[in-house]
Amino acid sequence: MTAFLLSPEFRVVFLGIFLLMLDSFTKTDKRYIAWAGIVGLVILFGFSFFPGLPEGVFPPGFYLSDPTALFFKRFMLLSTILTLALALDYSKVYQEYIPAGRPGAGLGEFYILPIFACAGFMWLVSAADFIMIFVSLELVTMCFYVLVASMRKNLLSLEAGVKYLILGALSTGFLVYGITWVIGLTGHTSLDGIREVLPIVPQGYQVALMFGLGLILVAVGFKVAAVPFQFWVPDVYQGAPTPVTAYLSVASKAAGFVVLMRVIEPFLTVPGLEQKIVTVLTVLAALTLLYGNLAALPQTNFKRLLAYSSIAHAGYLLVGVASVGAEASGPAVGFYLGGYLLMTFLAFLVLVHVGRVTGGDDISDFNGLGRRSPVLALGLLIAMLSLAGLPFTIGFLGKFLIFEAAMQSHQYLLVVLGAVTVACGFYYYLKVVRAMYWQPVVAEAPAIPVPVFTRFLIALLSAAIIIFGIYPQPLLAMLR
Amino acid sequence: MSPLLCLILLPVAGAILAMAGFPARKMAITAAALNLLACVAILASFQGDKTGYQFLSSCPVLPSLGISFTLGADGLSLVMLLLSTVVTLAAVTVARAPQTNAPWFYASLLFISAGAIGAFASVDAFFFYMFHELALIPTFLLIGIWGSGDRQTAAWKITIYLAFGSFVLLIGLIGLYLAMPVGARSFDMRAMAEHAKLGTLFAHDTVHSFSIFGFEYLSITHAQIIYLLLFLGFGVLVSLFPFHTWAPQAYASAPAPAAMLHAGVLKKFGLYGIMRLVTPIFPPHVAAPFNTLLLVLLLGNILYVGFVTISQRKLDLMLGYSSVMHMGYIFLGILSWNALGLTGAAFMLVAHGLSIAALFALSGELRERTGTLDFSEMGGLAKAMPTFGLLFGFAAMAAIGLPGFANFAGELMVFFGAFSAGVRSSPGFNAFQIATVIGLWGVVISAVYMLRAYRRIFMGPLVDRWKSLADIAPLPKLCVAGLILLLLVVGFYPQLLLHLISPALIRP
Repeated sequence: MTAFLLSPEFRVVFLGIFLLMLDSFTKTDKRYIAWAGIVGLVILFGFSFFPGLPEGVFPPGFYLSDPTALFFKRFMLLSTILTLALALDYSKVYQEYIPAGRPGAGLGEFYILPIFACAGFMWLVSAADFIMIFVSLELVTMCFYVLVASMRKNLLSLEAGVKYLILGALSTGFLVYGITWVIGLTGHTSLDGIREVLPIVPQGYQVALMFGLGLILVAVGFKVAAVPFQFWVPDVYQGAPTPVTAYLSVASKAAGFVVLMRVIEPFLTVPGLEQKIVTVLTVLAALTLLYGNLAALPQTNFKRLLAYSSIAHAGYLLVGVASVGAEASGPAVGFYLGGYLLMTFLAFLVLVHVGRVTGGDDISDFNGLGRRSPVLALGLLIAMLSLAGLPFTIGFLGKFLIFEAAMQSHQYLLVVLGAVTVACGFYYYLKVVRAMYWQPVVAEAPAIPVPVFTRFLIALLSAAIIIFGIYPQPLLAMLR
Repeated sequence: MSPLLCLILLPVAGAILAMAGFPARKMAITAAALNLLACVAILASFQGDKTGYQFLSSCPVLPSLGISFTLGADGLSLVMLLLSTVVTLAAVTVARAPQTNAPWFYASLLFISAGAIGAFASVDAFFFYMFHELALIPTFLLIGIWGSGDRQTAAWKITIYLAFGSFVLLIGLIGLYLAMPVGARSFDMRAMAEHAKLGTLFAHDTVHSFSIFGFEYLSITHAQIIYLLLFLGFGVLVSLFPFHTWAPQAYASAPAPAAMLHAGVLKKFGLYGIMRLVTPIFPPHVAAPFNTLLLVLLLGNILYVGFVTISQRKLDLMLGYSSVMHMGYIFLGILSWNALGLTGAAFMLVAHGLSIAALFALSGELRERTGTLDFSEMGGLAKAMPTFGLLFGFAAMAAIGLPGFANFAGELMVFFGAFSAGVRSSPGFNAFQIATVIGLWGVVISAVYMLRAYRRIFMGPLVDRWKSLADIAPLPKLCVAGLILLLLVVGFYPQLLLHLISPALIRP
């Protein structure tokens, strides 16, 4: 029972339930709920560095606590903390769009649902069984259905909510169907069991296995925004409340990649299947790289730009996943995601503040930001350079590690495509830099006040981007 | 702390202080002057009789990939460091503080300088690459914010071109790294050269064949692919024909100090990189099949770009194209793959860096005064500002390669080296000799455009609207005169640099 209570996921769930009760018994300013959530999660994040996490809550083969799982648990905690920090800054905008019977209504859920999603994510990155994967994925998706559509008076948010609901449900259908095929053919729900059985599965079943695995890949493709399953991304990203967009683009993508790598791993041990899976992944990666980067070029809305950039980054990550055989491909993907968390949240943090004052999220709303608010502009400059992959930032090292893994496994096509798309990336990310520093200030634009906590977060994220961009060893050590 | 690290950190510290609100121009000049002094001090304590890197300091960064932050300098890198610090000081001194955002302007200049210095002081190929990229964004901002003419197009073009070129280069570097035996892989340039010497690099070289419908159209070894990637990656950064179109436009639009730093110092990164990572590492038989192709390309630099330069009607564009054209000679020297050619190429790096910096400084001054650089609006300026005309004349003569200037010594060595390169074919000339004979006409071409420009701007009847032009101010005069003096000193006594450069270029 103590083991049950000490499991990190349950602690997060308890925190969420506690905050829900707190929310129902108070009627005053709700922002302290977010603060409580942040403090609670920071404490849990600190706990994750102490050894001796209890295992054995679940039957063996259900739940993994390897270094990767531990790294991504911290990843999820951190991204939830940052989401809550964003939500705090976003609360004024958010309140305009919810029908409020009394002040502050609806805000509590906005702060608490991410915590439950966080628990789902943490289970997901430890899941080693299809049942576990499915259940925790649904926990996450349910929270997101609500969060995406939560600005009820905003048409864009509603549209995003409906799109996300329909496509999410569709992808769940694909996932269940695919899982059924795989379980039916192997007789096992756990990945360990599947790994043991696969070598003796008759040759004739391989097509059927590929079919089942293909369906699972479709579902995971939805989650990580791989082309051709990316259609929901731009609309949902643009319509959803900005903190939710950030959370969706970071945590959801990371979880998708962890599941993808865990699920395909047993299948790669089968000689006949390996080549086919690598081909499928290569095609997916190539399409995603091309589509994400090319479609980002003409964007004028910053949130849409970030949506396409999120697709583009999924492309680089898929290159890493497709680099089967390179020993460093797993850590490379993990490291890239870690960098992606830092730079994406930094970009969204700046967007929330600029959007709050200018009331829009077009790139032209950033005109002259260098003059109006040097702090925000410097933060966004670092985020954009890191997203583009400039050396001395974590984004460059991530791309370097991915390319290194790809070269090692002879994925030359993807490497060449990658070099071309990186050059595209420089164009659309620097478009934002151009707006901030080249373009004149809009007349009578007020200076943008930045709260102390946000300044602290911007400094922290920027420093992390640069420090890990020069000395990545601590982060990589966690992954090996 | 390693003295070389000081050299990198001084401009960065200057930039940070400038952005933090200290008087930007003073900070920049102080940092650049201190850096020059530090570089001279390092040069003085350099032991010329020893081969290999000195002032070594190392700090492991990514042990699993064999990457460490290693700094060190041999004769060649010291010469490049000296060039960087000299040009930096000249650039920040010549620069006029812009009306808007002066701290960022000077900080960007210092960051470009820090990037170049870091690259030249790196022994680790990974950091060598990273430092070069440090200059990319400052250049983008400098051209985009304070540039002239069609600055936006120019800024986009240079940034995207260089980003693409450097990623091609990065892929080549990774390929080189993976060609080493497993377990001994490292990004250290010394280790790379060592493996090349022992023959363990490309030990398992494989042939890739590409065929369509059974017809094999290309058969190339792995080592050759990496050679091409590195050469083309560096080539884009050095504006090798036909990847040169970013350069003239960017240099024409950039503010004068940015053009000085970029054309004078940063562009030399690619050529320096070839001398570090290609010529000492790749065996000649890998490179030989591509010699003809590369010779044609560099003749494109000398002849095609040369004729384009002649047809220019504006001084800034003409200087931009001329700097592209001169890269052809340096490539010729490198491609000759022998000691004389390589030494000449290294010598020309310095000579060209100094002369093009002086020319861009003067052209920037001229634009400040007249607001135009169009030849048709100029004439007789030497009467209004005689010192300016004299300095420009000296710099132009240096760029042509008149005997007495460093450029002449470099070109001479390059041509001699190239003529003796390659395999002798007993009747007639081999490809190198033909290329040398054709390339020699480049000297005539540069004389044509430089002298014509000089005549159009400074000779002839003085145009009325320029009658009241003041002569060059003392501070820019001092800078340009200093650069020209260096060119003359090195030109009359080349041994000064040669005894530093030559030992570093000897193939192990």
